[in-house]
Amino acid sequence: MSAPAEQAHQEASRKLFMVVWVSLLVLTGVEVFLAYENLEVKLMLIILMTLSIVKASLIISYFMHLRFERTSLVLTLMPALVFVIVMMFMAFPDSVRLYEMKPK
Amino acid sequence: MADETMSERGLHAQAGAMESAWEGGGSPYAVGSKKLGMWLFIVSDAITFSALLVAYSYVRVASSLWPRPFESASIINATVMTGVLLSSSLTMVMAVRESKRDAVSKTVVWLLATAAGGILFDILHIREWLGLIHEGVRLFANPWGTPLFGAAFFSLTGLHMTHVTIGVVYLIVVALGFRRSKYSAEDVEVSGLYWHFVDLVWMFIFPLVYLMSAKLA
Repeated sequence: MSAPAEQAHQEASRKLFMVVWVSLLVLTGVEVFLAYENLEVKLMLIILMTLSIVKASLIISYFMHLRFERTSLVLTLMPALVFVIVMMFMAFPDSVRLYEMKPK
Repeated sequence: MADETMSERGLHAQAGAMESAWEGGGSPYAVGSKKLGMWLFIVSDAITFSALLVAYSYVRVASSLWPRPFESASIINATVMTGVLLSSSLTMVMAVRESKRDAVSKTVVWLLATAAGGILFDILHIREWLGLIHEGVRLFANPWGTPLFGAAFFSLTGLHMTHVTIGVVYLIVVALGFRRSKYSAEDVEVSGLYWHFVDLVWMFIFPLVYLMSAKLA
């Protein structure tokens, strides 16, 4: 890469990082705003988790650079992680059952 | 014949990439082994944190009287902590960027700025812990409701705080080593992966633990 092209590339990456950082701060602001709105618990949980997953993806893709790595690395790391996390919820319905069946 | 051997040797000496995969010459992920190692560690650590978060949510759903101790002051404090951690991630990418350009002093400054963000986060967090302990929250007792709240809260945020603290030490060590040319730009990048991961975990702890248990008028 020639020197001016390198310069332009550096500038672009800096801009990209700033954009990602600002969007992460904005998403955090939205979450805090929602907390002050006193939404219903289930709706709140769904919105917050969606926003958190978006934020996590932004961090993984850009700050951790995974978007620009080889697909083979992404395929080695991510599906296994998601699978294990999903499996953790296998016993989760029990928590509701415990609550419902508890002596009042 | 002799010529052929020579050229073959030349090829071997030229680059590891020229060797066959069976001789350890392949690099299927096109990343260094340190970086791959850190990624594998991050995945396993992510599973540890997920287990704690799932356990926290499980106990919460199974309890009728889950405390909501976080009033406006705590929420603002936690929001500032989130901002500090996100900004330290930005200084970290700047450090990685400068390290790739071999700008040693700039890299060291950005790395130390990142570590300072981590220290600030720790201070704010410990202050908040002390406030809760002062209000009477213990591992298996608190004044408001389900006794397990303390255990769930302190183990989850405590493990995260431990990660931040280890990260601060790690970043300082890498900064000093990079200045002495003991560590390369790749080492800076690998420490960055760890730091962003610590940031990422907080993006789940903050809404699940704080915002879901906020008590706002």
